[in-house]
Amino acid sequence: MDITFLLNGESVELRDVSPTVTLLDWLRDTRGLTGTKEGCNEGDCGACTVMVTDPIGARALNACILFLPQLNGKAIRTVEGISGPEGQLHPVQQAMIDHHGSQCGFCTPGFITSMATAHLNGETDHATALAGNLCRCTGYAPILRAAHTAETLPVPTWLKADTPPTAAAPERPTGPTVQPDTTDQLATWYAANPNATLIAGATDVGLWVTKQMRTLGPVAFLNRCTDLQQITETDTGITLGAGVTIAQMIPLMDRLHPSLGQMLRRYGSAQVRAAATIGGNIANGSPIGDGPPALIALGATLHLRHGDTKRTLPLEDFFVDYGKQDRAPGEFVEAVSLPRQPDRLKCYKISKRFDQDISALCGCFNIAVENGTVTAARIAFGGMAGIPKRAPHTEAALIGQPWDDTAIATAWDAWEQDFTPLSDMRASAGYRLETARNLLSRYFLEDIGGHVSVRQVGA
Amino acid sequence: MSVTKPLPHDAARLHVTGQARYVDDIPTPSGTLHLAFGLSTIARGRIAAMDLSSVRDTPGVVAALTATDLPFANDVSPSAHDEPLLSDGTVHYVGQPLFVVVADSHRAARIAARRAVISYEEDQPILTLEQALATDSRFEDGPRIYARGDAAAAIADAPHRVEGTLELGGQEHFYLESQAALALPQEGGDMLVHSSTQHPTEIQHKVAEALGVPMHAVRVEIRRMGGGFGGKESQGNALAVACAIAARLTGKPCKMRYDRDDDMTITGKRHAFRITYRAGFDDIGKLSGIEFVQLTPCGWAQDLSLPVADRAMLHADNAYFLPAVRIESHRLKTNSQSATAFRGFGGPQGMVGIERVMDHIAHSLGRDPAEVRQTNYYAPAAAHPAKTNGTTTPYGQQVDDFILHEMTETLLERADYAARRAKVAAWNAANPVLKKGLAFSPVKFGISFTLTHLNQAGALVHVYQDGSIHLNHGGTEMGQGLFQKVAQVAASRFGVDASVVKITATDTAKVPNTSATAASSGSDLNGMATQAACDTIRDRMAHFLADYHQAPPEDVHFADGHVTIGQTRLAFAEAAKLAYENRISLSATGFYKTPKLAWDRIKGEGRPFFYFAYGAALTEVVLDTLTGENRILRADILHDAGASLNPALDIGQIEGGYVQGAGWLTTEELVWDAKGRLRTHAPSTYKIPAFSDQPDQFNVTLWDGPNREETVYRSKAVGEPPFMLGISALMALSDAVAACGSGYPALDAPATPERLLAAVQRVRDGL
Repeated sequence: MDITFLLNGESVELRDVSPTVTLLDWLRDTRGLTGTKEGCNEGDCGACTVMVTDPIGARALNACILFLPQLNGKAIRTVEGISGPEGQLHPVQQAMIDHHGSQCGFCTPGFITSMATAHLNGETDHATALAGNLCRCTGYAPILRAAHTAETLPVPTWLKADTPPTAAAPERPTGPTVQPDTTDQLATWYAANPNATLIAGATDVGLWVTKQMRTLGPVAFLNRCTDLQQITETDTGITLGAGVTIAQMIPLMDRLHPSLGQMLRRYGSAQVRAAATIGGNIANGSPIGDGPPALIALGATLHLRHGDTKRTLPLEDFFVDYGKQDRAPGEFVEAVSLPRQPDRLKCYKISKRFDQDISALCGCFNIAVENGTVTAARIAFGGMAGIPKRAPHTEAALIGQPWDDTAIATAWDAWEQDFTPLSDMRASAGYRLETARNLLSRYFLEDIGGHVSVRQVGA
Repeated sequence: MSVTKPLPHDAARLHVTGQARYVDDIPTPSGTLHLAFGLSTIARGRIAAMDLSSVRDTPGVVAALTATDLPFANDVSPSAHDEPLLSDGTVHYVGQPLFVVVADSHRAARIAARRAVISYEEDQPILTLEQALATDSRFEDGPRIYARGDAAAAIADAPHRVEGTLELGGQEHFYLESQAALALPQEGGDMLVHSSTQHPTEIQHKVAEALGVPMHAVRVEIRRMGGGFGGKESQGNALAVACAIAARLTGKPCKMRYDRDDDMTITGKRHAFRITYRAGFDDIGKLSGIEFVQLTPCGWAQDLSLPVADRAMLHADNAYFLPAVRIESHRLKTNSQSATAFRGFGGPQGMVGIERVMDHIAHSLGRDPAEVRQTNYYAPAAAHPAKTNGTTTPYGQQVDDFILHEMTETLLERADYAARRAKVAAWNAANPVLKKGLAFSPVKFGISFTLTHLNQAGALVHVYQDGSIHLNHGGTEMGQGLFQKVAQVAASRFGVDASVVKITATDTAKVPNTSATAASSGSDLNGMATQAACDTIRDRMAHFLADYHQAPPEDVHFADGHVTIGQTRLAFAEAAKLAYENRISLSATGFYKTPKLAWDRIKGEGRPFFYFAYGAALTEVVLDTLTGENRILRADILHDAGASLNPALDIGQIEGGYVQGAGWLTTEELVWDAKGRLRTHAPSTYKIPAFSDQPDQFNVTLWDGPNREETVYRSKAVGEPPFMLGISALMALSDAVAACGSGYPALDAPATPERLLAAVQRVRDGL
């Protein structure tokens, strides 16, 4: 397919690009821009971070798992384009020099682009903006000092000037690689090409190519289906189009269910959240994705579509077994919807590392209490089974109980009826089960106002 | 003077603009080929059959080479010649290179490398310490033992005793730039190799052996690495040798860089350790006798395991006088990656052992752990030269520069230890779920290679007729700021600004027979060698100028970019031009060897270290006793860099070392499965500290005092010692766990949430 984009202020037009060439490989091998580094080739270290701007705004993305067609109609800044046309340093670059923020320097270009993107967007929560950039030398302290210093300095004019170009005309949705403009086009094409791969953010499919060395067959890129990327709010509920990114969900959830908003800040990294979609998070069926347990606890409904045929089902029913979902060939996730409800949701993501780690377990609790008695409970976990799974026995044991220690004790044995987790490199089965139980205690303690988060305590 | 100035890293501007060039960024000639290894999938056995036809049929593949295709030596070992580049038919770990693919692209090589059809005759692998002990699978004929006095009797006679076992995990280096090499064939069979290595001379040596040429036919160059940490001391050999052989066979430039997963699967890591201890002590916690048994799984090949395990023994005392002591060390051969050098080189493991003992003693007596530590310190330096009791290490070296008494008092006062100890206790009394912990730990780290002949270095300095200076030495730059520090030394010798000095890539053709940039020795050795080279030129200039201006040589001074000769003042460039025109040689080599060293590693006696570097850390943490989640709230550090050559770079080493050390002991967990496969082979599963793992409050200061030994400008080595300041984080977590009940936490490392939760349970049960 043909694409066009702006690279460091210069227009680039490419013909017949392979759908699975990554931006990183193209920059380094074809374009000779070697400032952008390959650290892990799976979106976990941030050394390849680039700034990508489209009408929604500027975002930091991992170039190693970003396919060229995803950039059609966007503007890209690599580290070489963060400094000015005459070599003037960006304020974050000068601050990194002044505060000794680089040692070996290999992660530095990624930090610079992440920092410049946050700076452009006026973000000052540096821990959130930079959680996706690993540095092995500095321990991060000087980088934080540099980011603070640059906060108040103006955005350089050359970065303000980036206007994304008009995308190259999309192909008719008939070829082996398509980039449909509407969900209707997508539905028709996918029904006719049920073995195709759908690529939204490529944070998962990217690894099929970079790590599993797979060649993909027919591919549809969803990034131009703007009608799939809408958030719709009504009096009774909220509908998230499958193409809504995790980053877009955060402000919504901060308002409706703040605990979920907080957890989503730990979903991957800024680079991953800006690419990954809630549809992809559900459709890939991972037992350790963090979106599904929270959505299941909120009583979400999944909207599936095959051609013109649509159907809905409770989200938890979509996950049949490990690696198996209730989805027919050619059928795709179109949206997920949530009922409006009082906020009783708490999401607890447990991992070895706070930032950017896959959950050992992720427990989401939505427990209603009236007059001191549990009246309703929806509890769902990731990491505790081959699928994101509800805890029906535990829920049943809680309902009708007085909301105190006895409720937790009453539910004690139910956990083992709900879950028989596995041991793996993230945690043992025993730890998972014990911690799941303890998270109910945390929910209760938090509800009555106790200290339960190491994040909210200072020296 | 340029030294002591907190100048930025010499490449800082190149780093932040993306212009700093690493091996994979070097523009390559067209036709450059790319390599990837095909890896074993079993931990132990023999290759029964290896069919590479699908590999060779993969589009883009030029060749697939096995051991039989190698023209000369099949050996990339840095020590015992027990590490073939490509399998000799036997398989020793999952991930061992069996064959190498040469293709027209990196991706084609990686795709093809997976297409081999291999069948094996599998043997039972040795994956655990128990299996290795049971089968007597080890390096060296038996354990090394360093001892003084009768430790067993001293322990038996002591009023109090503790004993226990501590498991310490390994650590992946996770240099951000994975291993890489590029070989460019030259005329007459010569080879130019760009290698991301801490040890260019060894690359040169191994490549020469593999090509069957003298070392003079191979030139190795490295401008910078994207991190090393010890992981590029020997682990780059395989890539450089493979590239050189493929380049010889094809006549084309050949490049190899490991994909991250391959890097973590193939290369060695920090040595894991199991340390068992027994200690006897009095009512205030003063030790009378102690025994350690150190078991370490070294992996399949010897690599640098012997000196690593030696250094663990040499740091089993850390800062403490051990009156009667026995240290027994077993270096076990197992079917996993060959464990290798990693910042601290065994020192951290030995040190955690004794820090655990101090913590355990304090807990058993109910005394303050910082106080128990101070009670056991070596005698203060001020007590010398009386050579009072308590100044000799278990291996017989006098500790005559011990400054930890003063440093500890200063740090504990500055960080408000006593008041915060009370505050933590009050918090813990009031909070059932979140517990706080506070812990102090000191560092005394021996500086010098324990293989004495490695303590040498060379430099090459040119002054050009325009007064600009070209600097080259045998050290390599991996981010630590060595080049900047040495440039500051050179600038100081000539009295010019550091910008006058051009730092150049490490190159085996400029300075030969170099030692690895390792053991924290970089600036000590290369700084002194550079100083010698500069002084040779400076003295020639001084003598000439004195003569020329009819002044005594001692009236010639180099300062502020000028040379003054009596009443005459010349810009340095003018002086250089004048010297050139009068046929004065403006080029010189410099050489340095560390004095005073004498060490017998078999007996465990002598002076392995020129001096010690010291540090002290206090860490406060909070722990969630429902989940084991935790966080470092505050860290206070006082560290001894002698008279710092560059305080900014030294503080950078301290901050980064602390976080890396804390990472080793907390989040960084290596997991192998029952078949010996590493399950944590990417950053998605192996978790180095990330941005929010830095302490909320992080106060780092330098101890201001010159080295008592005559090092370059009286500075001290600073690469490795701060790593061990991170031990205070493990001890603080142990302190938080101890607040949950009466038992002793006996916390293993890494202290993951899971291990912490289990320890909380043990303590509650009073175990």
